[in-house]
Amino acid sequence: MIQVKELLTSDSFNKAYSSIFSILIGLLFGLIILAVSNPAQAGEGFIIILKGGFSTGAKGMGQVLYFATPLILTGLSVGFAFKTGLFNIGAPGQFIMGAFAAVYIGVKWTFLPAPWHWIVALIGAALIGGLWALIPGLLKAYLNVHEVIATIMMNYIGMYFANYLIKLTVYDSKKGLSMNTAETAVLPKGGLDYIFYNPLGSTKDMSTVNCGIWIAIAIAIIIYIILNRTTFGYELKACGFNPHASRYAGINDKRNVVLSMVIAGMLAGLGGGLLYLSGANGRHIKVVDVLAMEGFNGIPVALLGLSNPIGIIFAAIFVSYITQGGNYLQTLNFVPEIIDIIIACIIYFSAFSLIFRKLLPNLIKFIKKRKSGKTENAAEIKEADTVQAGKDGGEQ
Amino acid sequence: MDYIIEMLHITKEFPGIIANDDITLQLKKGEIHALLGENGAGKSTLMSVLFGLYQPEKGLIKKEGKEVKINNPNDANALGIGMVHQHFKLVHNFTVLQNIILGVETTKRGFLKMDAAREKVMALSNRYGLMVDPDALIQDITVGMQQRVEILKMLYRDNEILIFDEPTAVLTPQEIDELMKIMKNLSEEGKSILFITHKLNEIKAVADRCTVLRKGKCIGTVSVADTTKEEMSEMMVGRKVSFAVEKGECKPHGVNFEVRNLTVSSRNSTKKAVNNVSFTVKKGEILCIAGIDGNGQSELVYALTGLMPIDSGQILLNGKDITKDSVRKRNMAGISHIPEDRHKDGLILDYNLTENLMLKRYYTPEFQKNGFIRFDVANQYAERLIEEFDIRSGQGARTTVRSMSGGNQQKAIVAREIDLNPDLLIAVQPTRGLDVGAIEYIHKQLVEQRDCNKAVLLVSLELDEVMNVSDRILVMYEGEIVADLNPSEITVQELGLYMAGSKRSEVAV
Repeated sequence: MIQVKELLTSDSFNKAYSSIFSILIGLLFGLIILAVSNPAQAGEGFIIILKGGFSTGAKGMGQVLYFATPLILTGLSVGFAFKTGLFNIGAPGQFIMGAFAAVYIGVKWTFLPAPWHWIVALIGAALIGGLWALIPGLLKAYLNVHEVIATIMMNYIGMYFANYLIKLTVYDSKKGLSMNTAETAVLPKGGLDYIFYNPLGSTKDMSTVNCGIWIAIAIAIIIYIILNRTTFGYELKACGFNPHASRYAGINDKRNVVLSMVIAGMLAGLGGGLLYLSGANGRHIKVVDVLAMEGFNGIPVALLGLSNPIGIIFAAIFVSYITQGGNYLQTLNFVPEIIDIIIACIIYFSAFSLIFRKLLPNLIKFIKKRKSGKTENAAEIKEADTVQAGKDGGEQ
Repeated sequence: MDYIIEMLHITKEFPGIIANDDITLQLKKGEIHALLGENGAGKSTLMSVLFGLYQPEKGLIKKEGKEVKINNPNDANALGIGMVHQHFKLVHNFTVLQNIILGVETTKRGFLKMDAAREKVMALSNRYGLMVDPDALIQDITVGMQQRVEILKMLYRDNEILIFDEPTAVLTPQEIDELMKIMKNLSEEGKSILFITHKLNEIKAVADRCTVLRKGKCIGTVSVADTTKEEMSEMMVGRKVSFAVEKGECKPHGVNFEVRNLTVSSRNSTKKAVNNVSFTVKKGEILCIAGIDGNGQSELVYALTGLMPIDSGQILLNGKDITKDSVRKRNMAGISHIPEDRHKDGLILDYNLTENLMLKRYYTPEFQKNGFIRFDVANQYAERLIEEFDIRSGQGARTTVRSMSGGNQQKAIVAREIDLNPDLLIAVQPTRGLDVGAIEYIHKQLVEQRDCNKAVLLVSLELDEVMNVSDRILVMYEGEIVADLNPSEITVQELGLYMAGSKRSEVAV
């Protein structure tokens, strides 16, 4: 009993269940919107959302992991920067620039042999993403330009610039998309093709999931180690918590701001690469004037995962799962826009976990008090009262 | 005698620590009641309970004999309880008047009506001798005047019970005298005052009764007139405390640290914060830089430690020019620095004790291997320092520093800096806001450093500290050094004159 109590009040448990609690609130809110927009099918729709990727069996789960991959990376990007005291709102720009670099290398650099082609493409994606964050990093460190403003502007520059570069270099004008990448540039399946498929007669209906998810998880673990085990991570977090004290300790805080931004950018850029180097001949970048959703969804993923790299893995899978569930809502009479709203509400409410983290322990205490404390307290106060009265009398 | 407020058998627990253990405090109407205790004794917690910031686990609060519930500061306000916090809660770009009425604005159809408010403020100001300029911006006025604004805020809300949380920590000696007068005035006008402090002189000067706390327990309530300073300090610390700093003769030899013609620009004006300052610190000597706050001491220290760029001049440590070296290089060359503001510069409050104690060592080969921190070594190191320097905390080396008391936070910094075994120890206001026990301890450490043939540069605003600890005094006034004095040959009054700039001597460097 005591052990259970300890577990219930321990910090890490508090973190986990505050996230879970906020997810539940998010789902509840989603249900309300479902009920408002289409009362007749609300229950059915809600179950579809809850079933998420499972709605279409093993393939669906594969898709969940596939779409979780870029979210893990953009979540890490936002979370890593946040741990070091920076708000990286620039993941969409870094993401799309990384995606462009990966696709460009995938289409053009066909002279590279099989494993090297996609490896180089991913490295290119990370480098360009890092470059895209380098500029706000430098501005922040040396000119004290707030990184939120700088990264937001870089998002738009990145989006239009990527569109421009695609049209200039790897544009398929018939489809309005980027060209097919070479087969050598597509990520291998990494064994996942044996699990995530639906049998379709004699053939297999394959999921798009590939070894990108392994890479994403590996990167998350590496980031976790960097933050918690290395002198570099120690310095970065110190700068995040208290830049004055870091300077006092002789830490080069300007250099760390730049490095932290660059690493965050590299993570987001790599996410772009991992998403687009998939399928038979690459996913195609749509040339549209919309900021990449994967980038922005990194923010709720990081919040839901409380910026903890391991938490971010699960948060990304959850967000991807719910999004997949939302896609299947189209089988019912839901307007696509409403689906987007519902999913966005669930995701963003889920990101309130920080609030619940503060609120929940108080709530639990309050309930406990009401249950047991009432009678006890009253008795004690009475006792104290009489003791005090006695003392007062003695004094006089 | 009626009690205006009574806190009976208050118990408040935090994880790993009982901050208040069955404490009873009774405040009579119209008295000045001091609350005395070491850092971490539970004074602030008790006042936070009274002010509604914390809810006690046990105990109750009575006002004029009736039990009351105080769930938040608004409840406290409604009961006429007001508080001047140690760190003022003022809006810096508002005027004095705007700050005073903030939250209780008088309005007419949604528009502010300032005239009535202004009249009331001026009336209060005259009645209690609290001189303020109602139209000055907070950021432009002195700390002393800011405090008077805080007091006016309480009076404007017709508070009857005034809590002062260590009000003198930020004031100059003259301002302290004035505050004492104001407090007496207030009590004569029928206000009841709770005065949190650990300065015995001040208690002697104004308080009627004094309640002493130690380690969360109530030691007793005494009448100030019948109790000596020594007795009170013994109650507070639990043992006899010597006020005089015990130290042997100073035997300086050889120059350790030299500053030549140092000039530093001020951050927010064209005036020079430090103007052509030259001095030397010898081995085995405590050199003290005295002066009233804001005369360039902070900038001087920032320049010496590399945290602020200099205009011109030279800094030499052990004969080596370190003028252009980075902070890290200066640390490694043998400069330790106990900073003025421990929360801003000295500690990373969200890191735990281990991580703070290794703040200047984590990059050394002992603490890391290929960029990976050796946490086993770091933890052992932290355990050793905690043991040696008697740093007390709720959960040992794993305690988040934010949750520690001010005195123990300061001890952690002192431990870290002294254990670096520096050639030069720069200590800026090392005892600010600390209780006598901790002050005694830190002074002992400084003297010990000196006796180990280290050079110590002490920057202090406290005259007692300047006179007792130092071997030589430099007085700084408006960025210049105006006197080089021997503490055994001058009086406090004389020192005060130099500090106020009304006297200066030719300085032989």
